[in-house]
Amino acid sequence: MPEITLLEAIRQGIDEMMAADARVFVFGEDVGKRGGVFRVTEGLYDKYGPLRIIDSPLAESVIAGACIGAAMNDTLPIAEMQFADFIFPAFNQIVSEAARIRYRSNNSWNVPMVIRAPYGGGIHGALYHSQSIEAFFCHVPGLKVVAPVTPYDAKGLLKTSIEDPDPVLFLEHKKCYRLIKGEVPEDDYRIPIGKADIKRAGSDMTVIAYGLMLHYSLEAAEELAREGVEVEVLDLRTLRPLDTEAILASVRKTSKVLIIHEDTLTGGLGGEIAALIAQHAFESLDGPITRIGGPEVPAMPYSKPLEEAFMPTPALIADTMRKLAAY
Amino acid sequence: MTTTTESGPLTFVGTPSEIDEQILLEMYRYMLLARMLDERMWLLNRSGKAPFVISCQGHEAAQVGAALALERGKDITFPYYRGLASVLVMGMTPREVMLAIFARAADPASGGRQMPAHYGHRALKIISQSSPVGTQIPQAAGVGLAEKIKGGDAVAWVSFGEGTTSQGDFHEGVNLAAVHKLPVIFQCENNDYAISVPMNMQMAIASVADRGAAYGIPGVKVDGTDVVQCYAATREAVARARSGAGPTLIEAKCVRMTPHSSDDNDRTYRPAEEIKSLRQNDPLARFQSYLRGEGLLDDAREQELRQRIAHEVEDATTFAEQSPLPEPSTLLQHVYADS
Repeated sequence: MPEITLLEAIRQGIDEMMAADARVFVFGEDVGKRGGVFRVTEGLYDKYGPLRIIDSPLAESVIAGACIGAAMNDTLPIAEMQFADFIFPAFNQIVSEAARIRYRSNNSWNVPMVIRAPYGGGIHGALYHSQSIEAFFCHVPGLKVVAPVTPYDAKGLLKTSIEDPDPVLFLEHKKCYRLIKGEVPEDDYRIPIGKADIKRAGSDMTVIAYGLMLHYSLEAAEELAREGVEVEVLDLRTLRPLDTEAILASVRKTSKVLIIHEDTLTGGLGGEIAALIAQHAFESLDGPITRIGGPEVPAMPYSKPLEEAFMPTPALIADTMRKLAAY
Repeated sequence: MTTTTESGPLTFVGTPSEIDEQILLEMYRYMLLARMLDERMWLLNRSGKAPFVISCQGHEAAQVGAALALERGKDITFPYYRGLASVLVMGMTPREVMLAIFARAADPASGGRQMPAHYGHRALKIISQSSPVGTQIPQAAGVGLAEKIKGGDAVAWVSFGEGTTSQGDFHEGVNLAAVHKLPVIFQCENNDYAISVPMNMQMAIASVADRGAAYGIPGVKVDGTDVVQCYAATREAVARARSGAGPTLIEAKCVRMTPHSSDDNDRTYRPAEEIKSLRQNDPLARFQSYLRGEGLLDDAREQELRQRIAHEVEDATTFAEQSPLPEPSTLLQHVYADS
């Protein structure tokens, strides 16, 4: 199997879906000739033309809004938010419209669209090119939110998201775009929405993570293994709906849990996961439900030492694992 | 009950002689149906049977004229909350409208989930509407974009008030449609008020239609109380859209003959003389007077029509009131395809 980057896997997913179904199109800023600022759609403009790889005006609400309308007129739009940080002007379209059109129309209308959004920090993007925005959207029934972070998962989940009859927010961690490589089969496979994946099996504690923190957790788990602690790393892959079954099964097996995200700790997804575990796996717990999250500052600063101070590191994760293991 | 008018004869911009007599009478029938249904809704509200009503009174000509220029079952519409007359023309029945007023399970817009006047009807291609104003405008552009991608020739028609043109979504939606010459008709029904805020607090220009120039598209101002003028303008916009020449912004100058909604009291912000004079610009009365002048309507025909519509309204009210409410157990349904 060929090894490709996360970014290439996403491009392949878009390309193969566009080749297979004429209803699929891409709408976003600079996605055309430029191929996107991260080059995710590179080459697709030449292949599919300006009617299917469409440069949008510089206005996020209409990127989402037009795709919502298009989705209700028998097409399958992929909206690209250039950076997740810029999604907020489209918040009303995504939350008040896309997420509730099925519900509010009593199942008469639905919005089969994907909103791709590069998110996350560690790339010197400062306050407005580094944010994790998932918590705002995970709060919204009617939306699905996925954040795959291996090439295999990303390609499979992207295809599933495009085929899904409901709106899916597809989060792509920017630092992982070219950093993370992996094998991707040539055949046409799918990864289901709503299924977490054990990326590393272990018996001493469970780490629940996604995004860049998944890779940092795997790195820290290797270090702990050398110290004799076997950490199970559960990759959520889908953030809404949560794979409650997989979360509880792993915690019941290991009795300890550490939840990690780059997003702000307060109100972050970790709190929801902690509550689920406290309520449904309380009797299995042999240590405090522990969380690592971004600090309580508005967003990630630019200057290198400040950015590094913001980001949870593999070393911090390993230390927290040690403390929890010793509890 | 007869409606009288104190204003002069209509001055049609289009030539009504070109319009079939049957179409003129059809226009009148829809306008009268919308008015009589609307009036019944207020009675239901004031008698405690309908918690909320929002009216199309004063907008009938703008909507009937526009909607009759569209192709039912083909063109895709986004009517805002004053769109009662337009949805009737697009094919919704009085029964269907009343089901929403009573929030019944069979309400085709939402099964009683949304407030009344949040229109929607899948079979008639009326797209589900919400309450934050203007969100439908980028969506209408998107429908046009999809139509262009598919190579179809359906038109998207979207309506909104003049207050909504202050929203960013108005600008973003019109701009996108203009850039790609999308088949969209933007109908602004300007009745001078956004709830209580007058037009001069929304914009520093005299006419919403002037904004068309900023997008490089035609901005057409019509007398929204003149049904034939509205029909002619929309017919031209439809032809333009279907031919691939792009969108049109139509401003139909209407009157709001009621408070904003059943929860509003317009006497707190509208001058008394203005409220008194509203009936002088009643589009229904003006059209009635025109038809009588042309010999297309007389007392007997008028009475026969009113009786028929009164019966329809009565039937719709009884039918909807007797129709079952949604089951509480359905609360969790239809969040996603599989739920």
